[in-house]
Amino acid sequence: MSAAINDIKLSNAQIAWRAAQDIEDGAYVNLGIGFPEMVAKFQPAGREAVFHTENGVLGFGEAPEAGEEDWDLINAGKKAITLKPGSTFFHHADSFAMVRGGHLDVAILGAYQVAQNGDLANWSTGKGGVPAVGGAMDLVHGAKRVAVITDHITKKGEPKLMAACTMPLTGVGCVTRVYTSLAVIDIEDGRFVLREKLPAIYFDDLQAVTGAELKVDGTVRDLIVPAL
Amino acid sequence: MDKTVAALAEAVAPIQDGATVMIGGFGGSGAPIELIHALIDKGPKDLTVINNNAGNGHVGIAAMIEQGMVRKMICSFPRSADPKVFTDLYLAGGIELELVPQGTLAERIRAGGAGIPAFYTPTSFGTDLAKGKPVAEFDGRQYVQERWLKADFALIKGELGDPMGNLTYRMAARNFNPLMATAAKHTIAQVSRIVPPGGIDPEQVVTPGIFVNSVTEAAIPQQEEILNRQEAVYP
Repeated sequence: MSAAINDIKLSNAQIAWRAAQDIEDGAYVNLGIGFPEMVAKFQPAGREAVFHTENGVLGFGEAPEAGEEDWDLINAGKKAITLKPGSTFFHHADSFAMVRGGHLDVAILGAYQVAQNGDLANWSTGKGGVPAVGGAMDLVHGAKRVAVITDHITKKGEPKLMAACTMPLTGVGCVTRVYTSLAVIDIEDGRFVLREKLPAIYFDDLQAVTGAELKVDGTVRDLIVPAL
Repeated sequence: MDKTVAALAEAVAPIQDGATVMIGGFGGSGAPIELIHALIDKGPKDLTVINNNAGNGHVGIAAMIEQGMVRKMICSFPRSADPKVFTDLYLAGGIELELVPQGTLAERIRAGGAGIPAFYTPTSFGTDLAKGKPVAEFDGRQYVQERWLKADFALIKGELGDPMGNLTYRMAARNFNPLMATAAKHTIAQVSRIVPPGGIDPEQVVTPGIFVNSVTEAAIPQQEEILNRQEAVYP
């Protein structure tokens, strides 16, 4: 089963592409550090999102050429960025007013685990070491939509979509949509509702690698993503 | 009025053992490296340091920790490209850590500067970081009570400063600096250039001078990121 899933599953870039298709023109968007940053590359033509970074920039653009970095101009991942026309700087309290105050349209984050009630675990595996939270617990509150992009299962083949998270929570009941390597799933009324799945996977096989019941409410569309 | 101080050493001279010190910056951006290194030269011990991070490499805050000056870090993200100094000491039980979500850290500092002793935030509700904190419901949602954060000193980095203490910042180096300027009893700023009164358009001032006690020029400030690429070690 897992070998077959590894053959058909979407790459991280493809998951990011799919998530990018749902970002409206003019949306204010925060992308989590790491994998979610990839979403910015796949904005559909004709749509322009304004990207927010926790350390105080709205409207930043791509990374500069090597050697062109200005280390006063970085994103939350401490990577060098550039500015687009119309960008702005602000201090950290204003930045998190944008986050918690309901001013962002969407936040797209990575996950260790997501539960069917929308609980998210993405900051600590709970195994000790040095704990670090950054802005993760703030970002899950306030954005109109909190979406997760993730592999559907762990490298060991265990479900990441769970009846209840077993790892330390980042936030309670906060996730509204999950884009996985196999499917697009909404969280509604404490349940996973299947919206799209790869045509190559049967529903029962998808259910078997999901840690809670997948509800079907209306049509399940084919998840079609270009080769990237 | 003239808040300018000629030497970095003179600017940090009031900082004694046991002080709580806010240090501006997010990673290396906005980190007042020259003031931090001047503080290392002075060498007070048993400090509580408030910053978003816990140092990177062997310069700046990492160097303070390496020199045994820091008893406790209050921060949101004690990881970096090279977090070895903090990590080793923390795992050996040699330094305390108060982990605070980044937005809560910013708001606690803002509250400290604004005379607001506590506030409620949705952040961290239902998580391990809310344990032991009062919770209350407002309009059907649960919120966690957080307390203000204040300090004896703030070390901050601006771009332009004038003798009144008015400051501007440069790009994303603003981050925590304007908040920390308000929340300390004694705020010490380094700036790239000191200009005469009137040299900063009042419309452009980000931190009004009432929040600032001293201003020192560090004309071409060092960047932590570049120092780390050079594998610099301080002192």
